[in-house]
Amino acid sequence: MLEVKNIFKTFNAHTVNEKCALQGVDLQLNEGDFVTVIGGNGAGKSTLLNAVAGVWPVDDGSITIDGVDVTHLPEYKRAKFIGRVFQDPMMGTAPTMQIEENLALAARRGQARGLGWHISKEEREQYRQLLKDLDLGLEDRLTSKVGLLSGGQRQALTLLMASLKKPKLLLLDEHTAALDPKTAAKVLEISDRIVLENNLTTMMVTHNMKDAIAHGNRLIMMHEGRIVVDVSGERKKNLTVPELLELFNRASGTDVVSDKMLLA
Amino acid sequence: MLDFIGAIPGAASQGLIWGIMAIGVYITYRILDIADLTVDGSFCTGGAVFVVLYASGTNIWLAMLAAFVVGMVAGLVTGLLHTGCGIPAILSGILTQLGLWSVNLAIMGMKANVSINVIDKEVLNKLLVSLRFVQDVAKGDRPFTQHPIFVVGIFTLVLIGLLYWFFGTELGASLRATGSNARMASAQGININFTKVLALMISNGMVALSGSLLAQYQSFADINMGRGAIVIGLAAVIIGDVLFGKLFRNFALSLLAVSIGAILYYIVIQAVLAMGLNSNYLKLLSAAVVAIFLSVPYWKSKVHAKPARKEAAKNA
Repeated sequence: MLEVKNIFKTFNAHTVNEKCALQGVDLQLNEGDFVTVIGGNGAGKSTLLNAVAGVWPVDDGSITIDGVDVTHLPEYKRAKFIGRVFQDPMMGTAPTMQIEENLALAARRGQARGLGWHISKEEREQYRQLLKDLDLGLEDRLTSKVGLLSGGQRQALTLLMASLKKPKLLLLDEHTAALDPKTAAKVLEISDRIVLENNLTTMMVTHNMKDAIAHGNRLIMMHEGRIVVDVSGERKKNLTVPELLELFNRASGTDVVSDKMLLA
Repeated sequence: MLDFIGAIPGAASQGLIWGIMAIGVYITYRILDIADLTVDGSFCTGGAVFVVLYASGTNIWLAMLAAFVVGMVAGLVTGLLHTGCGIPAILSGILTQLGLWSVNLAIMGMKANVSINVIDKEVLNKLLVSLRFVQDVAKGDRPFTQHPIFVVGIFTLVLIGLLYWFFGTELGASLRATGSNARMASAQGININFTKVLALMISNGMVALSGSLLAQYQSFADINMGRGAIVIGLAAVIIGDVLFGKLFRNFALSLLAVSIGAILYYIVIQAVLAMGLNSNYLKLLSAAVVAIFLSVPYWKSKVHAKPARKEAAKNA
């Protein structure tokens, strides 16, 4: 479904702030794969997701989604294939627009937007039902501005929006990191349900090792712009946090694991 | 006092005309979240195009349509400078505005103003709006349906209806999304460069249309007629917001509030003039009024923030 071949990305090239964020990343995802991505701060996790989403062009390498070479496509054209949820709950929704308007926008991802009315009656009913399934009390607030929602509600809504038009690829970029533990657990649960129900090919970046082990069928760990650990299947299922740390230390050749990873 | 009351219909007419420009400003300032300074130039462009075409015998509706289209081109230039060349929005607008100064002069045949010969009754009677109609209606020489307040009022309602429809379409919604959260819009597959340019075009089209109406109303276009237009537009938007923001939630009503804001602005200006203010101070007054209204929300947030923090500290 996703094929990333030897991609490189350097920020602020030829300056003192030069940062080689991706240094030859190769990754292949099969349809229905749910990969969790972990690594320390600055390892290149979010950069990898942004490269796939097309936030900026990569320096070298190629990215193919479902057989289509998207390496040179701008972000808005790749959106046809990709659903995204960001770390910042403010980022994934239009705050001054209504809940139903946000959903209607997402329902038309990758389609030409013409002069038809932006939302239909049937859609409204469909959205009400989907929001009811979220169990956050949003089904009666279809016309509320999204700016009035809490961070957790917004992330849940963004998840729904990302999956409304079934994407080839779902990118979750630390989408629970800004939430309190209880809300984070709830949003993760919703993520799991949506991924399973739609059999979505998913990449989820997380700082939390436990979450990385508990979710998905595959786990990759990044370090200094490269993928250093890649486990899947039974082996991934039976992983423990100490084993994961051990794997990481061996692969990266350091004992340096960020505090955040240890705490998790 | 009598002078002032007598001047109200004229002031309201003028306010309504400027209100159409203010609605254009609303599109960029409120919906797109960009302060577009092109309007100071494109307002005059609209007036100049209209007068030159109309004086040379073009049909009045065609001349107004041409003004609208040329205004859209001005918006296109600003939009391309911003999205295609990476120039900050404000600077793009300033550049277009400056360039338009020469363009406007060229349109008017290198003269600072051009006029419509309203002494000629035949020419006058074909106009949609005119200062003279205000007096004629007052004297009873014309029916009220020819009063600029009536004509421009209907015109404004039609425009608001069209805009309400447009911003309710899929395309219009994508434009609102761009202004609300550009990153989200991109992630939803919206080409934000396209939507930004389109919004700037529609906005400046409206501004130029308003310019063509004002030129018609005062029977001339002048190279300085758009100076400070952006401030008048912002004043109308803010007055409308302050007075009706809580009451009018609907989009069409918000646009109506802008139009009413422009009318009130002109009536206030008229009142200040009637009190004997030298008209040279009008621009200073406008700038001060807009500055104060823009700072009120900021000050308010500061004042309210403090007690809340104290409260929180006490509870901690």
